[in-house]
Amino acid sequence: MVTKRTTLDETRRALESGATTVEGVTSGFLETIEKGKRLNAFLSVFQRKAIERARDVDRKLAAGKAGRLAGMVIAVKDVICMKGERTTCGSKILENFVSLYDATAVARLQAEDAVIIGKTNMDEFAMGSSTENSAYGPVLNPVDESRVPGGSSGGSCVSVAAGMAHAALGTDTGGSIRQPASFCGIVGLKPTYGRVSRYGLVALASSFDQIGPFAGTVADAAAVLQVIAGHDELDSTSARVPVPDYNAALTKEIRGMHIGLPQEALGTGLDPEVRQAVEQTLDRLRGAGAVVEEITLPHSEYTISTYYILMTAEASSNLARFDGARYGERAPGVRDLAEMYTNSRTAGFGAETKRRIMLGTYVLSAGYYDAYYRKAQKVRRLIQDDFFRAFTKVDCILLPTSPTTAFRFGEKADDPLQMYLSDVYTVSANLAGVPAISVPCGVDGKGLPIGVQFVGKQFDEPTILKVADALGSL
Amino acid sequence: MAITIKDVEHVASLARLSFNDGEKKKLATELNDILKYVEHINSLDTSAVEPLSHVIELSNVFRADGLRPSISREEALKNAPAATEKFFKVPKVINER
Repeated sequence: MVTKRTTLDETRRALESGATTVEGVTSGFLETIEKGKRLNAFLSVFQRKAIERARDVDRKLAAGKAGRLAGMVIAVKDVICMKGERTTCGSKILENFVSLYDATAVARLQAEDAVIIGKTNMDEFAMGSSTENSAYGPVLNPVDESRVPGGSSGGSCVSVAAGMAHAALGTDTGGSIRQPASFCGIVGLKPTYGRVSRYGLVALASSFDQIGPFAGTVADAAAVLQVIAGHDELDSTSARVPVPDYNAALTKEIRGMHIGLPQEALGTGLDPEVRQAVEQTLDRLRGAGAVVEEITLPHSEYTISTYYILMTAEASSNLARFDGARYGERAPGVRDLAEMYTNSRTAGFGAETKRRIMLGTYVLSAGYYDAYYRKAQKVRRLIQDDFFRAFTKVDCILLPTSPTTAFRFGEKADDPLQMYLSDVYTVSANLAGVPAISVPCGVDGKGLPIGVQFVGKQFDEPTILKVADALGSL
Repeated sequence: MAITIKDVEHVASLARLSFNDGEKKKLATELNDILKYVEHINSLDTSAVEPLSHVIELSNVFRADGLRPSISREEALKNAPAATEKFFKVPKVINER
């Protein structure tokens, strides 16, 4: 199921000409959501509230007082809080949890008059690369429904890919925005760590997590980032770095831009068709005047190991809060406190969540902390240094987004290590805390989308947005 | 340094999770596979490397220590599986012998 996608710009023109209203646009998206129900992209749909919001925005537009995102309809991953709505995180343990406040990213979107249309399905607590780990069933890839949409932000990605919203918020801890964007043929941006406030985001791994947009075009992703970026006093890790004008970067002029190609990037494990698409992309960029330079990221082979040690350690600590005491499901018939903790967690968490909690608890446990956790923190610095060194020579780095196109349901579900290895090209940006964007760059012989990523310097989203946007029109 | 069923049981008790025998066996195998894979980071010499715990330059972040509104007690108890008027309600903490 691939429906025609609408850009914010198209909607704006239709609104200006009087051809439609925000209410009309919102109803259109609601109808597409209904028609595409089997894709299972949404966990909540705000049928009535979205229409009410849309009418408000129409009134504001008529009065000439509308915000920057008036006319835009956005879906939100169900790990990001919206006051008065359920936030399940794709988990049974939070089946009935209702958020008490808005996440800053959501509040900022609404303050600029975006309409939030619903909350999207995801791998439980954002742990997964296929959205097969949701307690509410898998999400189908609209390009080929026998295949996964990628993960963990599969629902947000599909909501955009299948024309159910202009854009969506996802979260990217190790590739959870970029990899699904690549599998479904859309744009996905992971901003610099600290660029977007994490207030109101249920934490997976706090030193990696970042909220970012999915959209059909780079311009729409930039429009969303413009609004959600910037310091927030409710998140002390959000950076006090000025937010530039992202749209101004979309000049399509990349002549003389230096793009680094890591010599490790096109190695073993990369699908030949993906490699070919990446090579063709490099040719197109050269044709537009960019300078492609070979660089090296010598610690590339250690990224998956470093990531899965640190991420599981942080996740096991963050998920300790789900104990059946203050919120979330409590197992029935428990006799004492210890039993309440154990039974509630055992019944409430799915298999992958438990596996990662176990791994994380193990690497943090007495006797193993130095060998695994501390060691991985050191290797993380080496990996970040690789990027910093490369960026003294080049403006951005090109990498495949995923070693393969979308795989079939069940293909990797029984082999956690194989699933983890599919994140090989995405985790490095999270380890280094740098921004990265995935954009479509072709299709394979089966018609499945292939994505390529541009990785930038910290807080230099303008450069990667510029090159990603330029590539779209080459 | 392979993980045994006993190790799985120990870590599970730390994590407040419980598993049946089949799950324990499967977890031991999976954790061993993953740990065997990640082992290669130990081949790197990191004796001169400082651990990286935060990816952007940040030192202590301070704010004024002033009063500001917060959620009410009533709201804070809304999502509780069990609560009295003012408190979260949990099963008995200390058992009599």
